[in-house]
Amino acid sequence: MTASALIIDITLWGSVAILGLMAWRRGRVVLVSSVREGSIDFINIVPRIALGVIGSGYIAAVIPPDVITGWLGPDSGWFGVLMAVIAGAATPGGPVVGFSIGAVALKVGGGPPQVIAYVVAWALFAFQRMILWEIPFMPARFVWFRAAVSLPFPFLAAAIAMVIGKP
Amino acid sequence: MVGLSRVDSHLPSNPQALSELPITDPAPADDAEPKPRRARKPVGWSMIFIAVLVAVCAARVWRRDGIDGVLNILTHDLWLFGEIVPRVLAGCLLGGFIAEILPHDKVSRSLGPKSGLKGLLIGTAFGAILPGGPFTAYPVAAALLTVGADFGATIAMVVSWTLIGYGRAVAWELPILGTEFTLWRIVISLPIPVLAGWLGRVVFVRMYPKGEPSE
Repeated sequence: MTASALIIDITLWGSVAILGLMAWRRGRVVLVSSVREGSIDFINIVPRIALGVIGSGYIAAVIPPDVITGWLGPDSGWFGVLMAVIAGAATPGGPVVGFSIGAVALKVGGGPPQVIAYVVAWALFAFQRMILWEIPFMPARFVWFRAAVSLPFPFLAAAIAMVIGKP
Repeated sequence: MVGLSRVDSHLPSNPQALSELPITDPAPADDAEPKPRRARKPVGWSMIFIAVLVAVCAARVWRRDGIDGVLNILTHDLWLFGEIVPRVLAGCLLGGFIAEILPHDKVSRSLGPKSGLKGLLIGTAFGAILPGGPFTAYPVAAALLTVGADFGATIAMVVSWTLIGYGRAVAWELPILGTEFTLWRIVISLPIPVLAGWLGRVVFVRMYPKGEPSE
């Protein structure tokens, strides 16, 4: 287990312990009912997460990263931004993949506004994160609503990047 | 006379009921009160879509790499799943605690539909400082929705977590994309959570003028 994973687990279970203590101080009933709610959620969510985690490997295997990098090519201007946004949404895999593709794109001559659009689009609505995490936990209506509302913002980020330039 | 005798006949049962009320009632009263219970999600179209997508992708891997390719990915992902499961449990517990601890009226005042810019800013700040990963952000966001936050504030929180949350930036973006690019990207992203939350509210009011339809 790496150090960062250890830190994540410590903060995570630390927060659980602190909130659990707060619930317990409100009375045993509060503690018991919140633990029960949390456990029922967990039982409901595990099959969905299982499908997402196990499935995401196959999805990632079908969409190789170099295809995505190709979409992020040297196309400049708004067409390049549009391609970057599509690439961001289509990027499978965890944070390493998304940021690495961005880094590669910068190296092979992708414009900074396009790479910004890519990273922001990927952060906002990478379909795999939505499938794997957001849909299992949140009401589906909220997820689609949030994704739709987020659509303009990679373009806005690219526009800001074009205006203020790269330092 | 008839009326009186009726009252009389009711009287003996009444004191008994009254004396039982305080002892047995708290639980039923709790349920009767409009207390937000998280709606358990049925297996919806989203999950069916995901299952089909996964099946299609797995079939393509099988045709390309044979059964070994399929099994390789399966073992790797099962391992990953084993790592994630305890964190998912922690996230669900966090969500459960938050839903119970946070007072409904206070949350709907500070993060509800009428919380204005302040609500969006609180959501943004909360998303930015939230520790952990997706296994905390989404259960906590779902819990906030349950206890009275509106779509706008919750969107601000989720978007802020993905865009300006320090966790991902420090752990992944800084080492891979470098300090300069990361800071530049974060500065540009700063207004987005509030704007997205605001846009969410504007669209929500147009889409559901009478409030969110119950599922």
